[in-house]
Amino acid sequence: MFGNPKVKGPVFGLLAEYEDGNALLDAIRHGRSAGYERMEAYTPLPMHEVFEALGDKNRLPLLVLFGGIAGAVTGFALQYWSHVIHYPYNIGGRPLNSWPSFIVVMFELTILFAALTAVFGMLLLNGLPRPHHPVFDVPGFEEASHSRFFLLVPAYDPEFHMERTKQMLSATATVQLSEVPNP
Amino acid sequence: MSQPTQQPPGSPPIIAPGHTISSVSDKITSIVLKRHTPRGWYVGFAISFALMMVMLGSIAKLLFEGVGVWGLNVPVGWGFAIINFVWWIGIGHAGTLISAILLLFRQEWRTSINRFAEAMTLFAVACAGVFPLLHVGRPWLAYWLLPYPNTMSLTPQFRSPLLWDVFAVSTYATVSLLFWYIGLVPDLASLRDRAKSRFFKTVYGIFALGWRGAATHWERYETAYLLLAGLATPLVISVHTVVSFDFAVSIIPGWHATIFPPYFVAGAIYSGFAMVMTLAIPLRKVYGLQDFITMRHLQNMAKVILATGLIVAYGYAMEVFFAWYSANPYERGMAWNRMTGPFAWSYWALMLCNVITPQFLWLKKVRNNVALLFLICLIVNVGMWLERFVIVVTSLSRDFLPSSWDTYAGTVWDWSLYVGTMGLFGTLLFLFIRFLPMISIFEMRTLVPHSKQKAPGEGEAS
Repeated sequence: MFGNPKVKGPVFGLLAEYEDGNALLDAIRHGRSAGYERMEAYTPLPMHEVFEALGDKNRLPLLVLFGGIAGAVTGFALQYWSHVIHYPYNIGGRPLNSWPSFIVVMFELTILFAALTAVFGMLLLNGLPRPHHPVFDVPGFEEASHSRFFLLVPAYDPEFHMERTKQMLSATATVQLSEVPNP
Repeated sequence: MSQPTQQPPGSPPIIAPGHTISSVSDKITSIVLKRHTPRGWYVGFAISFALMMVMLGSIAKLLFEGVGVWGLNVPVGWGFAIINFVWWIGIGHAGTLISAILLLFRQEWRTSINRFAEAMTLFAVACAGVFPLLHVGRPWLAYWLLPYPNTMSLTPQFRSPLLWDVFAVSTYATVSLLFWYIGLVPDLASLRDRAKSRFFKTVYGIFALGWRGAATHWERYETAYLLLAGLATPLVISVHTVVSFDFAVSIIPGWHATIFPPYFVAGAIYSGFAMVMTLAIPLRKVYGLQDFITMRHLQNMAKVILATGLIVAYGYAMEVFFAWYSANPYERGMAWNRMTGPFAWSYWALMLCNVITPQFLWLKKVRNNVALLFLICLIVNVGMWLERFVIVVTSLSRDFLPSSWDTYAGTVWDWSLYVGTMGLFGTLLFLFIRFLPMISIFEMRTLVPHSKQKAPGEGEAS
């Protein structure tokens, strides 16, 4: 989840290139049925089906919920402390804990904390920023951000075996199969 | 976002036929990376930059001499600063509406206009922020508005709408920035991978954060994006609601009205869409983006302008009705003064700009005429400025005590600061369209029919 395990040896994994998303999906299903659990796919556009086929988990929504709750609590605590404990000031005999007028700031802080959690939680869970990753060394990988689809079987996958994995990937509709050098 | 494109029969498409994933990517990246910068860009940038210098000059004069250089007086203590602040903030709201609310409603036509609408939001909020910051008189002490531990042992007054505004606007600025930047990350990766010069490769690479389009990353990314949209939607409504509280919570006749929050929010969306159109119409022409920003987009936006314009017109009618029905002499006097007093010109100009002009959008012929749409949008922009002028100035200039009544007019420094912020807005916008993709590339890829299959005739990607 937080970045990937270290890989020893000269090869980080095997990268197969596909011309469209359906070929990639077929390849992932093929790989999963062969027992590969740690594969990663690279696509130029978000594809929920690919994520489902890979069988990973997404815990971000829960994190954002906690972020929002933390914001609401912070908002109320800040205002209660300010107006009741730290600097109580009687205005027209109104109660010090005048919670209805605290709602706006509580609301804004709920949104702010939840939004910050959504963005930074997403980056953290994705292990970003990470300026360099071994797949960037594969010539032609820049097409992943343009119009091509890739499937990576990393060497840390328990099923990974140079020859067997190569055979498995060759059996799919790949247009190019490359070894990812391990820096 | 990966639903098939639905389209009512007989309406223009949201993306011109014949595009593939590869052609969409090429066309948008090439605007930034390859194409010759059009001469219009240099002209526009030069004018904007010159106006921004006017703004800086005006600020220098203000800081040197104090807020006395503005036309403020007693009782009109809120003048151009508040008018312009509300005007700019309102303009920003359409960007969030397009990027967040239309995303939640799965309005796919929003895709091609959402990036620069978001940028518009961000820059409009920056312009808006200039005014209250300067209006506090000593902007170097503006941090006193924030709760922080200090030797004076003071905290801000959390029961004041003006402080709510500080929280609302700063949250809005932060969330808009995050939303815009996060939306840009995959496109920055595309630019990094396409850029030829090492310098741009590095700069785009830094801001792309190492994005590589991994499927697990995309999944969390889409979740984050959707959640941000869900959070930005109530936020944008709260921001203009809180702005209207600045007025409505006070007891000034003409301000103390329950209709203010919805009427302000509708007005904000109205002016914002007018501004999106004002920007989109020249942009699509200069950069040849008629394939992506089609007539369908312009027609849909025209319909939104018409609908929100009607809500705003209802607001104006209700203001007058409340004044009459309340039987409150001050409210009645206020409404009558608006229509016949010394500022009657602004009230009737407002009616002409904001109530009469948008009615032409009922006609399909007008919605199909780009030049007319552009003209109507300009008039609406003026009208929305007049609306805030009417609200602020007519109410304040007639105090409860006739002895303190006074008139109001902006000075040359008021006008130069206002026009100057348009320069700031333009400068930021021109830099944005030159160095960043003004249309979301990865979202456009999802609009391509059968985007996940290989397009016929598509050979090796160039």
